[in-house]
Amino acid sequence: MGDAPALGLLDRRLLFVTGKGGTGKTTVAAALAQLAADRGKRVLACEVDAKGDLAALFEAGSTDFAGREVARGVVAMSMDTEASLREYLKVTLRIPAVGGLGSLAKALDFVAAAAPGVREILTVGKLCYEVRERNFDLVVVDAAATGHIVSQLAAPQAINDLVMAGPVRSQTDWMLEILSDPRRTGVVVVTTPEEMPVNETLELVARIRAETTTQLSAVVVNRVLPELFGLYEEEVFDALCDHSEELSKLLGGDAQPLMEGARLAVTMRRTRAGHLQRLREGLAPEAAAAGEGAVPLPFLYVPYLFSRAHGLRSMRRIAQALGEELGL
Amino acid sequence: MTAAAPRRVARAGTARSTRPARSTRPARSTRPARSTGPARSTRRAGDPRSGWAGEAQQPPGRPKEGTLDGLVASKEIVIACGPGGVGKTTTAAATAAMAAHHHGGRVLVLTIDPARRLADALGLAGGGRRGDARDQGLGNIERRIPDEVFRAATGTSPRGELWAAMLDTKESWDDLVRMHAPNARTREKILANPLYRNISGRFVQSHDYIAMERLYDLHAQGRYDLIVLDTAPTRNAVDFLDAPARMADFFSSRLLRWLTASYRSSVVHFASRPFYQVADRILGTQFLGDIAEFFILFQSMYAGFVERAESVTRLLSDRRTTFLVVSTLEATPVREAEYFARALVSRKLPLGAIILNKVLPTYFRDRDAAQLAEQLCDAAGPIAERLSSSLGTDVGLATRVLEEVAESFLNFGVVARREAEQQADLATRPEVLATVPFFDADIVDMEGLLRLGAMMWD
Repeated sequence: MGDAPALGLLDRRLLFVTGKGGTGKTTVAAALAQLAADRGKRVLACEVDAKGDLAALFEAGSTDFAGREVARGVVAMSMDTEASLREYLKVTLRIPAVGGLGSLAKALDFVAAAAPGVREILTVGKLCYEVRERNFDLVVVDAAATGHIVSQLAAPQAINDLVMAGPVRSQTDWMLEILSDPRRTGVVVVTTPEEMPVNETLELVARIRAETTTQLSAVVVNRVLPELFGLYEEEVFDALCDHSEELSKLLGGDAQPLMEGARLAVTMRRTRAGHLQRLREGLAPEAAAAGEGAVPLPFLYVPYLFSRAHGLRSMRRIAQALGEELGL
Repeated sequence: MTAAAPRRVARAGTARSTRPARSTRPARSTRPARSTGPARSTRRAGDPRSGWAGEAQQPPGRPKEGTLDGLVASKEIVIACGPGGVGKTTTAAATAAMAAHHHGGRVLVLTIDPARRLADALGLAGGGRRGDARDQGLGNIERRIPDEVFRAATGTSPRGELWAAMLDTKESWDDLVRMHAPNARTREKILANPLYRNISGRFVQSHDYIAMERLYDLHAQGRYDLIVLDTAPTRNAVDFLDAPARMADFFSSRLLRWLTASYRSSVVHFASRPFYQVADRILGTQFLGDIAEFFILFQSMYAGFVERAESVTRLLSDRRTTFLVVSTLEATPVREAEYFARALVSRKLPLGAIILNKVLPTYFRDRDAAQLAEQLCDAAGPIAERLSSSLGTDVGLATRVLEEVAESFLNFGVVARREAEQQADLATRPEVLATVPFFDADIVDMEGLLRLGAMMWD
């Protein structure tokens, strides 16, 4: 960790994008994949919870475990633990006749219910496998929301603790090596400057550091509101509110909604600035813990988009904003 | 008093007609928990809110139909569900606070993981470390929110009592094992089993199951008039609905019986060999043995589990239960909320309300106002010239402020129209549709919670 690399975010091989639900985690994952592909990289974008939201952002139909090119240079896939197990049995243990076992799904349910980390290892294992095989330059994971991501990243270690020997052991070792290498693997936490997302981000970062061997590579602060008024301007705005009738007269209509709208924007911005401050302060010790001379944890700010709709267009705008933040 | 009687009868003929105890007399007096609850007994006799006559003079106390007020007033269980990050926990707490304040009775809010400040808002603050609600005094044991918290917020005492508890998955599982285990030896063996400890703490679906289980248990105890349950954001929003049935399925699955049966016998059954051969190669014999032992132990609790799961499923579809689907008007949450609403309807579960949080005020969509904003954008300079003296500032500064005001309005107008479009996409119609405007500040106390509650109430 000492030689914290002056390594670009997109130069890594495996990025887990996580964050509280509703913060725009999936959009940021898609945007990072898009950004890397725009720079000529071959990218695999994997959606872990298989809701279809990631592929929807590229507006190119649905995806499955096999994966499909959804944009130039971007192959999108949806995680499927059962399919992952099938692939694992076939590739690693050379057990082709899985059909002979009857319902694999039921057997997997049984084992996964009993052994914590089985589903997680099948998820993480597939992703690490793609990295090891160098099928892609970058694997971007639209990972599980906060909390569950820790179980996923910690799964190889958890399995190691439970299973003392056997072929599983040799499997988890190489996964751990990939997950623990900050030059190859990183976690990107997406948050918004609001109360709960900031709380959860602070908790998540602490847990990632304490319970996993994977390094945090960046924090993306999404939906940052623009500052409406600069120095002195707010005083003028206050005065304007007192004279809104005069303004109404000059405009020939009721200017009150305009004033209320601006007032709301100002308060929202101020509340959010407070949470942003809390986030920065809360993560400062984390950055300090990374050691002397280490590159501080990068914060990437994405502005609040006043967009007509969500979809490919807003995803591209977020990619552009991230690109500017990364100095690309 | 006589004026009140006809209305009461008329109302009895509608929603409550199938519940005789309630329909013939004022609701509160026939509900044991309410009539004997401390809140009622401490009420002074002359208090206008305490009796018949008082109620007749206070028609606002009567909930309107087609509102959240009316919906909640006739239910014993309210389940708040929906995608993550939309303010579900706060909505659940606000609903419970409003019910305790305005409807009376004993109201419990069972939350999953409240923000520190929400626990503070409920007056349950402690000195614990950030994020651990147990340190704030919230835990599996219900705690009463002091009336003082309401008085500080509104100047009046609540009509009823507000209680709060946080769901502790691990603790609840242990309780369940203690209840269902056939004997002390099995109980201790299960509680000590490392696999059990892993399952109860980390097995994601077990969280959904335990939430339903706790809900059932609390309802069965009959200590509360209303229980408001906040649900965890699940990978799939309907997971928790199926959790009891799935848990029962799991314990009754043929696969499980077959596996444990073959493991019990000293000679592994011939037919099960291929499975064990593969499983051995993947997991190792010792681990497999641990799993089997665990399930053999757990099977002794099978009957209890299945019966419980069936009862929980029945309770969810009972007419005393209703669901609130909480969402914002962002694209992804709306899609999930719609999916969830449909899932409720298809399971014949009561979709009581859809609550849309953080919605921009409607004035942003006002065409006249938008036109005025455009006008102001174009003519900021000349208008600033005429206003600058009243504002006591120079024209340049006034121009910039006017431009900012106008542009900001137009920007938010774009978002407000997008939200309206999203709302129109919500095809499933609940009994109640409530929108809560964007709160400009965070909710930090009971006053804020009630202010939010009032916006969705009627």
